[in-house]
Amino acid sequence: MNVILVLFFTFLKIGLFSIGGGYAIIPLIQEQVVEKTGWISEKVFTDIITISQMTPGPLAVNTSTFVGLQIAGVAGAIAATLGCVLCGVLLSLMLYRFFQRHQKSIYVFEVLGGLKAASLGLIISAAVTILMLALWGIGTPTFDTMPDWFIATMFALSLLALRKWKVNPIIIMIGTGLLGFFIY
Amino acid sequence: MNESNASNEIVSFYRLIVQLYNDIQKGWMYLKQEKKPYLWLIGINLFISAFTFGGGYVVVPMIRRYFVTQRNCFAEEELINMAAVAQSTPGAIAVNLSALAGFRVAGIGGAVISCVSAVIPPLIILGIVSAFYGAFVSNAVIAAILKGMQAGVAALIVDLIIDMCQMILKERSLLLSAMIPGAFLASFVMGINVALILIFCCLLCIGKVLLAKRKKS
Repeated sequence: MNVILVLFFTFLKIGLFSIGGGYAIIPLIQEQVVEKTGWISEKVFTDIITISQMTPGPLAVNTSTFVGLQIAGVAGAIAATLGCVLCGVLLSLMLYRFFQRHQKSIYVFEVLGGLKAASLGLIISAAVTILMLALWGIGTPTFDTMPDWFIATMFALSLLALRKWKVNPIIIMIGTGLLGFFIY
Repeated sequence: MNESNASNEIVSFYRLIVQLYNDIQKGWMYLKQEKKPYLWLIGINLFISAFTFGGGYVVVPMIRRYFVTQRNCFAEEELINMAAVAQSTPGAIAVNLSALAGFRVAGIGGAVISCVSAVIPPLIILGIVSAFYGAFVSNAVIAAILKGMQAGVAALIVDLIIDMCQMILKERSLLLSAMIPGAFLASFVMGINVALILIFCCLLCIGKVLLAKRKKS
């Protein structure tokens, strides 16, 4: 029981402080589950990141499930995942309600506009990272090597399909997955 | 005298009918609203969550497809508001956004259901993977499929970015338009903490309102 509570609160903390999501929160999770508690080794943590890239679902949720399972079985996994998600969901609901209630306030309107613009900037940043990763296989920009032309063509075709014919995103995911299977 | 009485009666009778019709319609609308699509929420969130490879942002186009385009649960503008809120609060963007969309469609119950359904697929998949993850990580077939999917993920997100850009540029606000590349540069090139960027942008907007108010008075 004790272990499960510790799991819950550790991931509650991770969930509370992981603003922005994605790869920005890797160091935070690492500090908590590798360095502080020693629940998993550095090597296993790197593997989790790899697995997270391969499987659906947010990195924090994946890590919490994995660590919880390793430490305390299914109950641990559920406790860790719950802790990880709880704060974020509650805070988003509260913030959303707040914005809804004070829709007419000029401050709320402007702040929401600012958040939208800033979020867009952050999404672009994530998109560039993903494109880099897909085209060059690395996360940092270098232009010495040629990009992967298959990926580049697939990206262009997918984008065309989405913009022009409004194809279902799920079909895009399955299609690009199948093409990847046949090409590589 | 008699005639006006009769016409009064007709008018009041007519009013009664209209009121009855209104009441029935109101009741019908109430029933329709009360019949919350919980089952649909469970299904759609399980489905979306099982296909969100490559980070939380992919959920936004998925939710747009099913909640906005197919079912007209809410407008695209509102989805962008939700995405901004989900992004600005801690935790996984995908889970936060699912909860918000669920809340918008069916209240607190909808939020809880959506949130749980969004977490179940990764929980199960990770459970299976963690049992024999060594074999999984080094599997060439899986790696090939995922390599292909990266292109799809990138295309989905760029598609979303184009739509969001159009929406924000439409407001013709110099501050907001400048904020997009500003936030991008701060995050991508300078590596500034996301929370700091968001707070700074909020303060800028509040400052803008204060400035405008001072000018007026």
